[in-house]
Amino acid sequence: MATIQTPNGFDLDTSGQRVVVDPVTRIEGHMRCEVNIDEQNFIRNAVSTGTMWRGLEVILKGRDPRDAWAFTQRICGVCTGTHALTSVRAVEDALGIDIPENANSIRNIMQLSLQVHDHLVHFYHLHALDWVNPVNALKADPKATSELQQQVAPHHPKSSPGYFRDIQNRLKKFVESGQLGPFKNGYWTNPAYKLPPEADLMAVTHYLEALDFQKEIMTTRTIFGGKDTHPNWLVGGVPCAIKMDGDLAAGAPINMERLNYVSGVIDRTLEFVKNVYIPDILAIGSFYKDWLYGGGLSGQSVLAYGDIPDRANDYSAENLMMPQGAVIDGNLKEVHPIDLRDPEQIQEFVPHSWYSYPDEAKGLHPWDGITEPRYELGPNAKGTKTNIQQLDESAKYSWIKAPRWRGHAMEVGPLARYVVGYAQGHEYFTEQINRTLKTLDVPVTALFSTLGRTAARALECEWAAEMQRYFMDKLIANIKAGDSATANVERFDPATWPTEVKGVGFTEAPRGALAHWIKIKDTKIDNYQCVVPTTWNGSPRDNEGNIGAFEASLMNTKVERAEEPVEILRTIHSFDPCLACSTHVMGPDGEELAEVKVR
Amino acid sequence: MQQRETFYDVMRRHGITRRSFLKFCSLTAAALGLGPSFAPKIAEAMETKPRIPVLWLHGLECTCCSESFIRSAHPLAKDVILSMISLDYDDTIMAAAGEQAEAIIEETIEKYDGQYILACEGNPPLNEDGMYCIQAGKPYVEKLRHMADHCKAIIAWGSCASWGCVQAARPNPTRATPIHKVILDKPIVKVPGCPPIAEVMTGVITYMIAFDRLPELDRQGRPKMFYSQRLHDKCYRRPHFDAGQFVEHFDDEGARKGYCLYKVGCKGPTTYNACSTVRWNGGLSFPIQAGHPCIGCSEDGFWDKGSFYDRLTDIHGFGVEADADQIGGAAAAAVGVAVAAHAGASAIKRARQKGGDS
Repeated sequence: MATIQTPNGFDLDTSGQRVVVDPVTRIEGHMRCEVNIDEQNFIRNAVSTGTMWRGLEVILKGRDPRDAWAFTQRICGVCTGTHALTSVRAVEDALGIDIPENANSIRNIMQLSLQVHDHLVHFYHLHALDWVNPVNALKADPKATSELQQQVAPHHPKSSPGYFRDIQNRLKKFVESGQLGPFKNGYWTNPAYKLPPEADLMAVTHYLEALDFQKEIMTTRTIFGGKDTHPNWLVGGVPCAIKMDGDLAAGAPINMERLNYVSGVIDRTLEFVKNVYIPDILAIGSFYKDWLYGGGLSGQSVLAYGDIPDRANDYSAENLMMPQGAVIDGNLKEVHPIDLRDPEQIQEFVPHSWYSYPDEAKGLHPWDGITEPRYELGPNAKGTKTNIQQLDESAKYSWIKAPRWRGHAMEVGPLARYVVGYAQGHEYFTEQINRTLKTLDVPVTALFSTLGRTAARALECEWAAEMQRYFMDKLIANIKAGDSATANVERFDPATWPTEVKGVGFTEAPRGALAHWIKIKDTKIDNYQCVVPTTWNGSPRDNEGNIGAFEASLMNTKVERAEEPVEILRTIHSFDPCLACSTHVMGPDGEELAEVKVR
Repeated sequence: MQQRETFYDVMRRHGITRRSFLKFCSLTAAALGLGPSFAPKIAEAMETKPRIPVLWLHGLECTCCSESFIRSAHPLAKDVILSMISLDYDDTIMAAAGEQAEAIIEETIEKYDGQYILACEGNPPLNEDGMYCIQAGKPYVEKLRHMADHCKAIIAWGSCASWGCVQAARPNPTRATPIHKVILDKPIVKVPGCPPIAEVMTGVITYMIAFDRLPELDRQGRPKMFYSQRLHDKCYRRPHFDAGQFVEHFDDEGARKGYCLYKVGCKGPTTYNACSTVRWNGGLSFPIQAGHPCIGCSEDGFWDKGSFYDRLTDIHGFGVEADADQIGGAAAAAVGVAVAAHAGASAIKRARQKGGDS
């Protein structure tokens, strides 16, 4: 059978064995993946499908814009807070509200703590089992494991042979019980696992250490936002007022005791990332550095909106500490500026998504977006509408839309940010990348791979952990200089608002570029659209036939055993998919609600 | 059926010493608010009760409940997952995927029919024949019904499973439906909140395992141990409410001094949860302490009750001794006293007492 070449340069061949993975586990939300594998066990066609839709943008219509952060925060509880921050920025942009410097520092610390937590939990608890074999850890020599630990991370205190022997004994009894819990039915005999037993034992040990430690990272958000998951935010600043001295400071949201608590967490977090996460990535990576599949779009088209404004209220690229820009066609010599307001730049397409547009040959900018669900299977699908055996990717096949930047399918996320930063000469990122490449003794092209994506996430975790300290120091210096303001409430009262305004807010979520577009009319939300990281990465084909980032990354990967999807999981997980985020929402005209049948 | 080990056997087998085990039991007793005399009872229960398989399903949701769960400080999530329960299915963390993952469902049903706990996070959508949430090519609601048929009891984690939550907010385009409206013939413990407090989640599950029974539930199906009081009843800012000292605007002098947040929209007076007692993340704080009004995230339909910054106008008269059944059950009937009157009365009472003292 003939192959089809996509405009973005991939040869799709559907003649081989079709393999279905549903559910794809260890992700947020629900996703399905289908691939065709040729006789040599190479993936020659890939189809990724978002399998849930919640309709949050429909629900937002007519609500108070000051409440939107709480609704959108519930788009995702894994990247909790990043939607809320994006939302308050969109509303502030629409209403022209400036926030105090302290609010900017506190928001940045909260956003950075999310990056750190999310990256760490993703690696150890969602991704590690694609590289690490807990059953193989039983064969490890605890003494040799201890030596390995001391060699890769001499400052990590938990490294004695006895410590590893204890963990191994627990693991042994656990495995022997036959009740493997989350490890049940894993692919533990698959030759795709390449670590020596000692590295497996070290990594499994850190799986447990990280599970214990992660809960501490987010406590900064409990201090500033009152709870975690889903802390509280505020249009105009942050809700946590500061009172350092005098009457009743003990009951104030932020006082000396609270700041000291945050400060301690920041220090311990940085220590853990430097002593455990980074060394593990290098150690594990060194055994997989020949497995350089999974590059997909990362070597050609990547996009970053940027985030972490140094000074408050300035969202220009120069003031953002996370890089902003687009690289296309693999040309690292040119980083294109991006404008989220420009109707020609970001557009969403639906010919292969379970939505309908009046004209599906065209894309729509989010301010003019429409989301009308239309669930149907293509003529070549196998099974029934409620029992899908095989999808037909020539028709509609996903609850995810296909966003494009100037017509290009783009990858977003830590690797995209690091590629853009590297292309721009971001000093910190460049040093990290060069150090990592040198340690692993691999060329810069190794960056464009599954492993590169996983490494970039770890490097970014280190950067974010350091930046928390920068903003904590900045917060304290500003308070010392006499500024305790945390919120600007001049325009909190809807009576002060213009009749009709629109705005856009953006952040870099752990998984990649995130933006919300809002239209406000008569003090209520008139239209709300989110284009989220997994919409970019998990995108289905578009009107031109370009495949999305997940699909591209799976192409031409060799699998060891067609019936055991280790390699597919490994590469899909390297994006840290978040499917609840990616499932899209609603258009400008509320009449569409009538289209949603209630049965 | 094969001989099943007790909980204590398993902990010992995992290398946990008896001393640590007993410490765990006393922490658990404390977490459940049971006092030290209950520790030996928990220890006894765990020494004699078998270990129960838990299957954790995910419908339409945001995964905030799982994220909250792993933040539990006592007991640690690690100890729950590895030593207390047998978490045989949870698509968010399990190693297996696709067919190998789904095979576990039938294996469990065969081996533990009527004996496992079904933990539900999120809810099923019923529109579009359920295909707004597809798992293994089929509607999620089918999987939910099938697994519920064979379970012992259901825990409905969070506001999605308990009430419907955000995707069920008006106009509920997918017809997202809480568990109790789909599963009618099994005991269901609702643990609402968006998300629920981590230690409340682990507290409920520990109680069920340690005592081999459901906790006492109120008429809405919530465990009374954590949901019988409003936040307002035990709020550390309550004295400011009684004294008529309110935050008028965010970041005003009252906000800095920790005055009552009622006027900026606090839903504490109508929200049943343990936020002001157990607090969040190991007892570190809760929304009101961090300066934001409670948004009432553990209450049915909290998304559709007006802006989070609108002042409550329908607060009922209450004393701390009234519980959710006495007050909450009658919420629809307007038997209450407006909060202004309540606040006024409190202030007058206080002024009188003051006058009496001086």
